[in-house]
Amino acid sequence: MAVATIGLLATIVLEILYKGSADTIGFETWRPVVYAYVLWGVAIGIGQVLTRGEDGQRALFLLPALLFTIAMVIFPTLFGFYIALTDWNLSSFSGRKFNGLANFWQMLSDPYYRNALFNMVLYVLAVAVEYVIAFGLALLLNAQIRARKFFRVVFLMPLMLSPVAVSWMIGKSLMEYRFGPAATLARHLGWENPAFFSDPIIARIAIMVLDAWTFIPFMMIMLLAGLQAMSREVLEAARVDGANAWQTFWQVTFPLMLPVSVTAVILRIIFKLKLADIIITVTSGGPGGATDSVSSFIYREYRDRSNVGYGTMLAMAYLVIIVVFVTWLLKFANRFVRNVN
Amino acid sequence: MSVQTTEYVASEIRSPASFLASRVFIYGALAFWAFICLFPIYWTITTSFKTAVDVTQGHLIPFVDFQPDWKGWRSLGLSPDSIFQTSTVREEFLKRFMNSVITSVGASSLAIVIGSLAAYGLTRYRYHFAWFKNEDISFFFLSQLILPPVVLALPFLVLYREVGLLDTRIGLILLYTLMVLPIVIWIMRDQFNSIPVELEEAALVDGLSIWGAFFRIVMPIALPGMVAAFILAMVLCWNEYFFAALLTSTDAKTIPVMVASQTGSQGINWWSMAALATAAIAPLAVIGIALERYLIMGMTAGAVK
Repeated sequence: MAVATIGLLATIVLEILYKGSADTIGFETWRPVVYAYVLWGVAIGIGQVLTRGEDGQRALFLLPALLFTIAMVIFPTLFGFYIALTDWNLSSFSGRKFNGLANFWQMLSDPYYRNALFNMVLYVLAVAVEYVIAFGLALLLNAQIRARKFFRVVFLMPLMLSPVAVSWMIGKSLMEYRFGPAATLARHLGWENPAFFSDPIIARIAIMVLDAWTFIPFMMIMLLAGLQAMSREVLEAARVDGANAWQTFWQVTFPLMLPVSVTAVILRIIFKLKLADIIITVTSGGPGGATDSVSSFIYREYRDRSNVGYGTMLAMAYLVIIVVFVTWLLKFANRFVRNVN
Repeated sequence: MSVQTTEYVASEIRSPASFLASRVFIYGALAFWAFICLFPIYWTITTSFKTAVDVTQGHLIPFVDFQPDWKGWRSLGLSPDSIFQTSTVREEFLKRFMNSVITSVGASSLAIVIGSLAAYGLTRYRYHFAWFKNEDISFFFLSQLILPPVVLALPFLVLYREVGLLDTRIGLILLYTLMVLPIVIWIMRDQFNSIPVELEEAALVDGLSIWGAFFRIVMPIALPGMVAAFILAMVLCWNEYFFAALLTSTDAKTIPVMVASQTGSQGINWWSMAALATAAIAPLAVIGIALERYLIMGMTAGAVK
């Protein structure tokens, strides 16, 4: 174990020397450091078992995942915070330069970033509508119907399809201005000029619809599981007491479903905050950046301008906002569920 | 997931007319949503058999509106008359397809292995790493779910370039493993919690080691959960676009990246795009139909207490 630790440290030091100045012995890339890290992990595992016996064997269950996650998350995130403070453009030759908080100030006055953040608020609010539809579908599937399995498979389908293919299927083809069926339908319904992606507001709604189409099944399945786990006696009791369907739903079903609902909505919001692929492939942020989510904006910032430093600063700011928001959300949801019950 | 059909006591009390009305409403709503779910898929599949005129005139029903044509599939090299000829597009497609298969299977397997181990450890033993206890470690893993890909993407781009993992399948596999690991741990923790501890205690008394008990006793019971987690992880990896678009260029490009790169070009070939999209969604559609039970099991794990 000690040998491996020394080995890891030695490799890192060697690499730093090699990259830093013209050291003659060293490796072309940082890859040996990765190998050294893996080796170090294995050595720790063996060391645990040898020195601590049964406790070590227990620790062995957790170690691989822990070492993996630390290597893949903590280190890149820290590295990201460093990049965020540099002026680093991959397409320019000057390499990276430490420029302190310049990126941060630039971010504060960037109208496109603010717009993207605002869009994220809108997109997250759309979850409410998705929730209502998903709940309705779950109730339908839970009703006394034939061919339940068939409908469940069909309703689940959109979730299985790759968002990129969906973007093409619906966004680029069904909503095609000239002859897409959705546009034709819209014309029949009296909308003269069904251009889904040229007006900022309509384009945002179109993106929301696309995303909802893919992800409604996710919430639906969770809510359906909740409905099926509910005890029948309670519903029967309500019915015996003379409540009609409407009252039963609001007084019995809905409160009982609250914990599942909260879990589903929170998970959905977390997924929503990552929204990128649909926007990148359908509108690439257009018209004029109106539909951009934060992720797609940063993606374009890199793709079009290779601006790694600034892009990372945006991403890190987004991370901080998300962590604060989700923490608040979890607290709020906890208190909400407890208050109602 | 068991599906119960309860006898509606109330339906006997209600009048036949209102019962009929509610039936009509329920089936109407079901059919409407089924249409919404299926029409885009139907449209894509039929478009792959259309010629230019059929697309622009918005023809919908094969054999009635238009005569199906293999044009789209021929351009992919996958139509009956071109399947035995050499086709660069088909080779490209197959290569991307294999990349997708390898990365998603690889990442899901890796995530299942280390995720199950960690989940098992967390449900059965008490850990103290420095000042971290079990709950903190669990939270640490699950909190990765919040992390948006965009935060890691650019640092990884730079790091992978340094390490020489850019545009390699290994690089993608590692990232995808990271992406699905929290979900796997979430599902497996739920699974292991539902297995009574007495089983392992009996096994330990019988002289099995901790790891022996895990492999011989616990794993066979938890297998359905593992399958569920594996399939869910595979779906997520297969559909992933963001990392793949940033971190691959020629060698390790996956199917979604290939689909997306076709849409960008001007003057889209409707039929070949439709064929490509159909080919890209087909494997998952099959999985969705065949293994729906496991998918639902995976998605609902831990949701209902």
